[in-house]
Amino acid sequence: MSSSPAAAGGKVASLDGVAVSLHGVVKRFGDVRAVNGLDLEVPAGLCYGLLGPNGAGKSTTMRILTGQAVADGGSVEVLGHRLPAESKLARARMGVCPQESNLDVDLGVRDVLEVFARLYRVSPRERAAAVDRALAVAGLEQRATDRAETLSGGMQRRLLIARALIHEPEVVLLDEPTVGLDPQIRQELWSLIVSLRESGTTVLMSTHYIEEAQRLADRVAIMSAGRVVAEGTPAELILAHAGREVVDVHGSAPELASLRSRAEAEGLPTRHSGPSLTYLHADTLDGRLPAGSRRNANLEDVFVRLTGDYVE
Amino acid sequence: MSAVRVRLGRIEAPALVAVWVREWTVFRYYWRTRTFAAIVEPVITLLAFGFGFGKLVSEIDGIPYIQFVGTGAVATAVLFSAVFSAMFDALYKRRYQRVYDAMLAAPVDVDEIVTGESLFLGVRAGVYGVAPLLVAFLFGLRPEPAMVLVPLIGVLTGIGFAALGMWFAAMVSTYDGFSYVISGVITPLFLVAGTFFPLNRMPQWLRSLAQLNPLYHCVELVRHCAFGLDPLADLVHVGALCAFAVLAWWLAVSRTRQRLVV
Repeated sequence: MSSSPAAAGGKVASLDGVAVSLHGVVKRFGDVRAVNGLDLEVPAGLCYGLLGPNGAGKSTTMRILTGQAVADGGSVEVLGHRLPAESKLARARMGVCPQESNLDVDLGVRDVLEVFARLYRVSPRERAAAVDRALAVAGLEQRATDRAETLSGGMQRRLLIARALIHEPEVVLLDEPTVGLDPQIRQELWSLIVSLRESGTTVLMSTHYIEEAQRLADRVAIMSAGRVVAEGTPAELILAHAGREVVDVHGSAPELASLRSRAEAEGLPTRHSGPSLTYLHADTLDGRLPAGSRRNANLEDVFVRLTGDYVE
Repeated sequence: MSAVRVRLGRIEAPALVAVWVREWTVFRYYWRTRTFAAIVEPVITLLAFGFGFGKLVSEIDGIPYIQFVGTGAVATAVLFSAVFSAMFDALYKRRYQRVYDAMLAAPVDVDEIVTGESLFLGVRAGVYGVAPLLVAFLFGLRPEPAMVLVPLIGVLTGIGFAALGMWFAAMVSTYDGFSYVISGVITPLFLVAGTFFPLNRMPQWLRSLAQLNPLYHCVELVRHCAFGLDPLADLVHVGALCAFAVLAWWLAVSRTRQRLVV
């Protein structure tokens, strides 16, 4: 990346150092509680990962924060502004990159950015510079006059992120920023997110890619069924929920099923995925575990343990 | 970056300007096709009816038929340009391109989007609406000073129909849903407005019904600009168009908000 997407200088969020807070938030769609008693505090200046399987309520949470979904209960604050009443004030200081592209694909790249510089009320004096800076962030200086629909998927995603940064927001919401992208492009976006955080911008990123959360997030909240089931730094979460080491045991489905029921009877924590059963906290259970391959615990162990056996 | 001043609970000029700039930017890409459709269609209608019916009906209330239709077709041009653009664009932006989601993530609210877009489409419709009048000049319509009011009448009518189109767009889920409003609402509005035939020879119930048709008030105003104003009646027509614009705007804002903010 050629330049920092956000200007240097302190970015002070609300006085208590909390950029985003949700308490007891409930959001129902018909009979479904998409968000069900969500408590979340995102400290200013960090990259915060919202990790959860599809359907855990991450996107609904993001939409509540942009004012496009209104919570049925609980309290929501962004940068000290109470939502939904003061949503417009919050939105002026927040950038949003949605999961699905909502670019004006008919427009040229520069026009897309100029329109959003207007919508985000970048002052006339700063507008041209803001657009140039966003083009540089997206690495699209050479494509400025091309229509957005002619860009590759990765370029469109970079443009979406650059558009979200046009007004140098204090908080950036990234909803599944790398879903469906090639590994190389994902790496590129990761370095963009890292540089954002280094510039002092608060990043709240939802993802169901564990690696993404582990690499980028200072803190992670694991969501399941509309609420936070665990919260902390990745290292804290791993230590608390999976221990230092784990043991993977491979076998046929019936073998694993019987191992699992025995482990449950003995009160041994396990997590199951595909062809293996993983014994957690293996470092504290020497002598009680079947033979298998021992390795360091990781965030995936925590994720699967807390959100169920299925992981994409 | 300097702090942005945002005021809650009101429609703000910077947000309207931004919505307007977005419309203008998109228009710069599509002005050829949009303008072609908006001008050629009413002009063809005018020529077809003018020459076709003109053979059967030479005059209506002392006005040569082609001039009668030419002034009426101003309203048609305004209606089509405003309502169809609003319907198709708004559904595209909400459902397919999702650009409304992107706009609402910025400090812009639904009422500002609806207001800005209806104003833009209204002004554009007012400009396009002049085309049939220019064609009518070629067929002997005499320029009158009051005709400078025609674009303004077009803008007022256009704002209402643009908002109406946005309301329709907020009620349907796919383009197919528009079949109902096109056949059930827009076509009757267009036919029973006194554009092609005078309503004063129609049965009383139809004339009463026409009073509820905003397009009828637009047609009457444009004709009065060309063939002589009737101040008291014209004030009523302007009032009817204003009331229609406010009602359509309110319907569009509330229904679009239901769709976009859940």
